[in-house]
Amino acid sequence: MTRIAVVVFPGSNCEYDALTGVESLGADAELVWHSTKDLSGFDGVILPGGFAHGDYLRPGALARFSPVMDAVARFAEDGGAVLGICNGFQVLTEAGLLPGALQKNAGLKFLCQPTTLTVTSTDSILTANATLGQELVIPINHFSGAYVCDDETLARLEGSGQIILRYVENPNGSRGNIAGLANERGNVVGLMPHPERAMSTLLGSADGRVLLESFVAPRVRA
Amino acid sequence: MNFLVVVEVTLRRGIADPEGATIERALPALGFSGVSNVQAGKSFRMNVEAENEDAALDKATALAERLLSNPVIEDAVARLAEVHAT
Repeated sequence: MTRIAVVVFPGSNCEYDALTGVESLGADAELVWHSTKDLSGFDGVILPGGFAHGDYLRPGALARFSPVMDAVARFAEDGGAVLGICNGFQVLTEAGLLPGALQKNAGLKFLCQPTTLTVTSTDSILTANATLGQELVIPINHFSGAYVCDDETLARLEGSGQIILRYVENPNGSRGNIAGLANERGNVVGLMPHPERAMSTLLGSADGRVLLESFVAPRVRA
Repeated sequence: MNFLVVVEVTLRRGIADPEGATIERALPALGFSGVSNVQAGKSFRMNVEAENEDAALDKATALAERLLSNPVIEDAVARLAEVHAT
């Protein structure tokens, strides 16, 4: 059975959604406190949404110095599957595990709404089970979700298939309509939308399932 | 010696500044005309213990680049505010 660690920072608030989400797909999931320095024995790690360390300074700016982040970096280096959702995506960019940064939304509004995404690459641990061009309805819930990077980085991301999800209608001013991206190896992924909140049609959408199914699928390390 | 250092963090040129733009758009309605290029940023004040001014500024610049700013989107500038008697 796939074992997933869901990291809890002081101020995380989506850890139970993430935990329940992957458990509903048959994974064995466990909450781990941000002071953990050892992630051995896990097949995947989720950095959940919320406001780690109060989002003081900048979202993710203090969380990247939490003890667990050295373990996350080693885990990623070893080819382990790392998924940052919303605040977790911000932490991954601050930690330099993913390129670019997340800046305040263009309209300066906190956005909490369903968005339609297009799968633009299946070459990642999050989109492997999806189909290229597939449209997914998944909610966003953020204030700092505008993806920013320089021209060179954007060109590189475009060319290497690292942009895995794009907004059909850009809600927040993200460059290249980027909603989610992967590192070069495809084993570290960050996205602003919340797939763990789109797990049941009864609650609006089940389109997050195909993403988390990809994430929890047993795999040989990259 | 103890130095009072101010670090200013601003968005790099070319990075959208929706906060500055919104403030700028609000000004005419309040009767302020002729104000342009409003940029929003952050300012940090700290006491820095160091041998001399240069060392204090070096320390503040280093911590500003490591923690106070995100070099992908922000620039940080440290300057001396005043010298405290030790």
